[in-house]
Amino acid sequence: MVLKNDYNRSLKKPSAFKRFFSCWEFWLLCLPAIIYFILFAYWPMFGAVLAFKDYNYAKGIFGSDWVGFDNFKFFFLSQDAWRITRNTLGYAVVFLVTNTVASMAVALLMFEVSSRKAIKTYQTILILPHFMSWVIVGYITYILFNSEQGVLNQLLTVFGQEKIDWYSSPQYWPFILPIVNIWKSVGMSSLMYYATLVGMDDSIYEAAVIDGAGRWRQTISISVPSLIPMMTILTIMNVGGIFRSDFGLFYQITRDVGSLYPTTDVVDTYIYRGLRTGDVGITAAVGLFQSFVGLVLVVFTNWVVKKIEPDNAMF
Amino acid sequence: MKAKLRYRILIHLILILMCLSILVPFIYVISLSMTAEDVIVSGGYKMIPAEFDFSAYQSIFKNPTQLINSYKITIGFSVLGTVLSMVVMTMVAYAISREQFHYKKAVTFFVYFTMLFSGGLIPHYIINTKYLNLTNSFWVYIFPALANAYHILIMRTFFKGLPASLTEAAKIDGASEFTIFRVIVLPLSKPVLATVSLLTLLAKWNDWQTSLLYIMDTDKFSLQYLLQKILREAQFLQSMAEEGNLIISENYAKTKPVESMRFAMAILAAGPMMVVFPFFQKYFTKGLTIGAVKG
Repeated sequence: MVLKNDYNRSLKKPSAFKRFFSCWEFWLLCLPAIIYFILFAYWPMFGAVLAFKDYNYAKGIFGSDWVGFDNFKFFFLSQDAWRITRNTLGYAVVFLVTNTVASMAVALLMFEVSSRKAIKTYQTILILPHFMSWVIVGYITYILFNSEQGVLNQLLTVFGQEKIDWYSSPQYWPFILPIVNIWKSVGMSSLMYYATLVGMDDSIYEAAVIDGAGRWRQTISISVPSLIPMMTILTIMNVGGIFRSDFGLFYQITRDVGSLYPTTDVVDTYIYRGLRTGDVGITAAVGLFQSFVGLVLVVFTNWVVKKIEPDNAMF
Repeated sequence: MKAKLRYRILIHLILILMCLSILVPFIYVISLSMTAEDVIVSGGYKMIPAEFDFSAYQSIFKNPTQLINSYKITIGFSVLGTVLSMVVMTMVAYAISREQFHYKKAVTFFVYFTMLFSGGLIPHYIINTKYLNLTNSFWVYIFPALANAYHILIMRTFFKGLPASLTEAAKIDGASEFTIFRVIVLPLSKPVLATVSLLTLLAKWNDWQTSLLYIMDTDKFSLQYLLQKILREAQFLQSMAEEGNLIISENYAKTKPVESMRFAMAILAAGPMMVVFPFFQKYFTKGLTIGAVKG
C-alpha cells in the first residue's frame, strides 16, 4: 500500500529536477538564444544601474561609485531636458497624426483605382523608399536643401526669392522632417488600410449604389468608417513608442548639424552625442528614463487595447 | 458620366504626383553622377545633364579598394548574419511553440521582455566595447543583433498554427524533437521563414549604426556607413581617391569631381540592392499581416 502511494505521488509530481531535464531537447534548442539574450539584452539591462553611478572607465560599470539620483537631477535641471522632451514627444505626435492621415488617404485613393496593373505600379513605386536606408534618403534631402547647388534654392532664385541656408535655419525643420517621414513610410503603412478596404463586403457598396450614392458619398460613408477600427488599434499601439524616435531620421536627414539642434534634437540623438562627448552617467540616466517611460506606455496602451479589442492585445 | 471621368483623372493625377516625388530624386542621383564637376558647381544640381561625363566613375574605378572592401564586409555580415540569426531564432521559436515544453511560458516571457525594456544605448555600448571587446571586429555586425524578439514571436505563432496531427504522428513513430523540427516543421514554414529572413537581410544590408558606433577601421566600414562618410566629409572622399594611387589621373587632378563622385558612389553602393529588393515586395508586405503576435 505504502509503496503504491509513493508511486502515485511520483507520477503526479515528478521532482523539479527531473521535470527540468525531461525537456533537455527543448533546452538545447533554446540555448543559443538564451545566451544571446543574457549577453546582449539582460546584461545591459543590469548595466543601466550606470544611471545612478559616477562612471569610471577603469572601475567598470559595476565597480563605479554610487551617486544616487545626481545624474537625473543634473539632466532635469539642465536646459536640454525641456528641449529634447518637447522635440521627442512633439515629433512623435505629429508623425503619428500625419502618418495615419496620409496612409489612410493613400489607401482610399488606391481603392478608387480599378485597373490592377495601375494599382500594382503605384504600390511598387510608393514602397520603394521603404527599402532605402536613411543614409540614402539623406542624399536625396541633400540634393534638395544644399544651400549652394540645391534644387529648392534654385527654385527660389527662379521666383526671385532670397536663397535660404536650410541647414542652419532650425525654424523650417518641424515641417521638413514630417514630410520626409511620410515620404519614406506612407507606401508601406497604407497597405494595412488598403488590405482592410479590399477585404470589405462588396454588397454594402452595391446597396449604396442602388440608394443613389456616388463614389464620394461611398468613400465618406462606407470606406472611411470601415477603416476606423484599424486606425484606432494602430494608433493606440503606436502610442507605446511615443518616447522613442527614429535615430536615423534625426541623425542622417539633419546631418547632425549643431545649429539645427533647437528643433531637431531628440532623446536618441542626445544620448548618442553624450556617448561621444563622454557624459556617460547623465546620458545613461536619460536612456533609463526613456526605457522606463516606454515600458509604462506599452503596458498602459496594451491595457487599453485589451479593453477595446482583446484580439489585438499583445499580452 | 463626365463628372465620373474627371473624378478618376484627379485620383490618378494625385497618385502619379506621389510616385514622381519618389522617382524624380532617383533621376537626380543618376544624372548628377554623370555630370561634370564644374557644371554642378556653377549651375547647381540639374535633373538632366547637358552633356554626360563619366569622370566620377573613372576616378572611383581607378582605385576601388574601399568600395570593394565595404562590399565584401557588407555581403559577408549580411549573409552570415542572416543565416546565423535564422538558425538561432527558428530553434527557440520552435521550442516555445511546443505544448510539450513545460517551461515555454517562462522562456517566451524571457524573450518578450527584451521588447518591453532595454538598458539603453550607453550600457550596450560599454558592454560591447569594454567587456566583449567587439570594437573594430567583424563580429560586432553579427552578435549584438543576432536575435530579434519580435521575429521569434512571429515564427512561434506560425509554428503553433501548423496541424498538430503531423507532429503527433511523428512523435508516436519515435521521432526526436530535433527531427520533427528539421523534417516536418521547417519545410512547412517556408513563407514565414522567407519573410523573416528577408526582413533580417534588409536590416543588415542597410546597417550604418554599427559602423558609426563600433568601427574606426576604414577597411571594415559597411556600405551604408561608407556612403554617409562620403556625403558628410569631402576630405574623406578625396583621400579615398588619392590613397595608394601615387599618380593621380590627369582628369582627376584637373576637376576633382567631389560632388559627382558622391553620387556615383551612391549609385554603385546602393544601386544593385535597390533593384533587387522590390522583387521580393510580396514577402515584405506579408510581414505586415503575418505579425499578429499574441503572448
